[in-house]
Amino acid sequence: MLARALWLGLRVPLGGPRGFTSKTDPQGSGRITAEVIEHLERLALVDFGSREAVARLEKAIAFADRLRAVDTDGVEPMESVLEDRCLYLRSDNVVEGNCADELLQNSHRVVEEYFVAPPGNIPLPKLDEQEPFPHS
Amino acid sequence: MLGQTLREVSAALKQGQITPTELCQKCLSLIKKTKFLNAYITVSEEVALKQAEESEKRYKNGQSLGDLDGIPIAVKDNFSTSGIETTCASNMLKGYVPPYNATVVQKLLDQGALLMGKTNLDEFAMGSGSTDGVFGPVKNPWSYSKQYREKRKQNPHSESGDSDWLITGGSSGGSAAAVSAFTCYAALGSDTGGSTRNPAAHCGLVGFKPSYGLVSRHGLIPLVNSMDVPGILTRYVDDAAIVLGVLAGHDPKDSTTVPINKPLVLSSLEDVSKLCIGIPKEYLVPELSSEIQCLWSRAADLFESEGAKVIEVSLPHTSYSIVCYHVLCTSEVASNMARFDGLQYGHRCDIDVSTEAMYAATRREGFNDVVRGRILSGNFFLLKENYENYFVKAQKVRRLIANDFVNAFNSGVDVLLTPTTLSEAVPYLEFIKEDNRTRSAQDDIFTQAVNMAGLPAVNIPIALSNQGLPIGLQFIGRAFCDQQLLTVAKWFEKQVQFPVIQLQELVDNCSAILENEKLASVSLKQ
Repeated sequence: MLARALWLGLRVPLGGPRGFTSKTDPQGSGRITAEVIEHLERLALVDFGSREAVARLEKAIAFADRLRAVDTDGVEPMESVLEDRCLYLRSDNVVEGNCADELLQNSHRVVEEYFVAPPGNIPLPKLDEQEPFPHS
Repeated sequence: MLGQTLREVSAALKQGQITPTELCQKCLSLIKKTKFLNAYITVSEEVALKQAEESEKRYKNGQSLGDLDGIPIAVKDNFSTSGIETTCASNMLKGYVPPYNATVVQKLLDQGALLMGKTNLDEFAMGSGSTDGVFGPVKNPWSYSKQYREKRKQNPHSESGDSDWLITGGSSGGSAAAVSAFTCYAALGSDTGGSTRNPAAHCGLVGFKPSYGLVSRHGLIPLVNSMDVPGILTRYVDDAAIVLGVLAGHDPKDSTTVPINKPLVLSSLEDVSKLCIGIPKEYLVPELSSEIQCLWSRAADLFESEGAKVIEVSLPHTSYSIVCYHVLCTSEVASNMARFDGLQYGHRCDIDVSTEAMYAATRREGFNDVVRGRILSGNFFLLKENYENYFVKAQKVRRLIANDFVNAFNSGVDVLLTPTTLSEAVPYLEFIKEDNRTRSAQDDIFTQAVNMAGLPAVNIPIALSNQGLPIGLQFIGRAFCDQQLLTVAKWFEKQVQFPVIQLQELVDNCSAILENEKLASVSLKQ
């Protein structure tokens, strides 16, 4: 039950190649498949919760699709507006810290100096083993 | 006293006309009287009074720390404050007490400023109304101003009562309401796509977004790392410049901040004849209210009549800007929100079956629909097979948008002049008819391009609308020419003489308004 204060990462590998496609409908309606929904829920570790949320994603994708009209041939992607400036990293010395007690106080479950996590490596139930949306 | 500029009140403190404790108490009393505005999530009364006491000692010994010593300020609740709860208006961070101060907060406290409290916002700063936070919506003080009420009386169709109060805009609406209602002299907001300038426009304030890299983001809970900047909300341009002077500069804890060569000093511009003002033609959109359009062209005329050169410029990729912003914003949000897992801090659900199940349930309970929706969209755009078509594509469009600005400035333009918002503040009941994404796409239309290009921009209130509500215009400057931008803004502020909000009635009748508020079921914990 005890997990060292590790960053477990939210992108846990779920194993096996996945045969989904996330291409939007060529008609432009932006419909997404059940497989994509399931995959996104696992990656994001949030669920859609309702059909309206799926519809919202479809609208968001349709909105983003407008970018296709822009000619970006030969344009380099811009990651930072400070790309042409000199930036300064601080030297890698410990200058503060010793606040483990304060940090642990913000956690709901701790034992001594450990954060407590439930058992790991148990995948979420498959989509067909659960009811994704309550029937209305 | 509460309506004075920072310098005026600072002089009054130095001369002993008022003590920091008296000033602090005046503001605290006003915070209580205007509680129904829901501007504050946490009022840090004890901290402020203790800081006031220390400030008072310094003044007595003639050792004032500067213009901000003893001045009440407020901070948006997405900046970490040591020992004071920091919630981002989300269930996810309710009860979270950071062990450190954001650099900008620390810098203000080091100058002797008094921290009155933490202000309300849209959950995790995602929104443009300050209506989507877990502590309820923020009400625009102008809803209760004499100017607006009198105009409404003249209109026979308007209902009496309080049901059609106005939104503040957002997401820094709590900070805007706090400054607008005179409960503090300056407030920190944050600005990722317009979150400081938009509420400033709706609340009749100066809302300043510094150049990306000028002010430290350390301790600002991130939304979109490549665009977030701390913003400054004040009633006067000079006040914003004083606060910027304190905040600007390299922070070893934020490697994206750059060193500045000389301190920021705002001089008075006497002559604008050497100035070239650019008017981006793509910002004239059909949705723009005719009143704002009219004030925008009057402002351009004003510059021209005073001898400035005013030219039309083109920013050809403007119409794709909001789409590009949408993709980059949700993608970075998806990545940033991964830190909230219930293990080390913040909300944690009761489910203990597995780590994955605990994560999922914690995040379902902790985030609202808007945040979850953006996380899911962002994850979609970042999927391996979508990454190139959406995320990288948007990064390329971002360069085109940034280049549009570079080209405009290279053509000799010093400052761009645009509207800040499409319309004046709308009633809450009207605002919530559209969903958050649609609203943000409309409301950020004039503001987000600046964030993608990293430029400084400021909202300056220009006049009241026919309804008696504030209208603001936006000035955009060259990267790291923040001082020049504010100098021009100060000249403009002096010319337009924007009226002061008349809130006496609000303060007098606050108990009556509070009575009518019980239906609103706003949870304010203080």
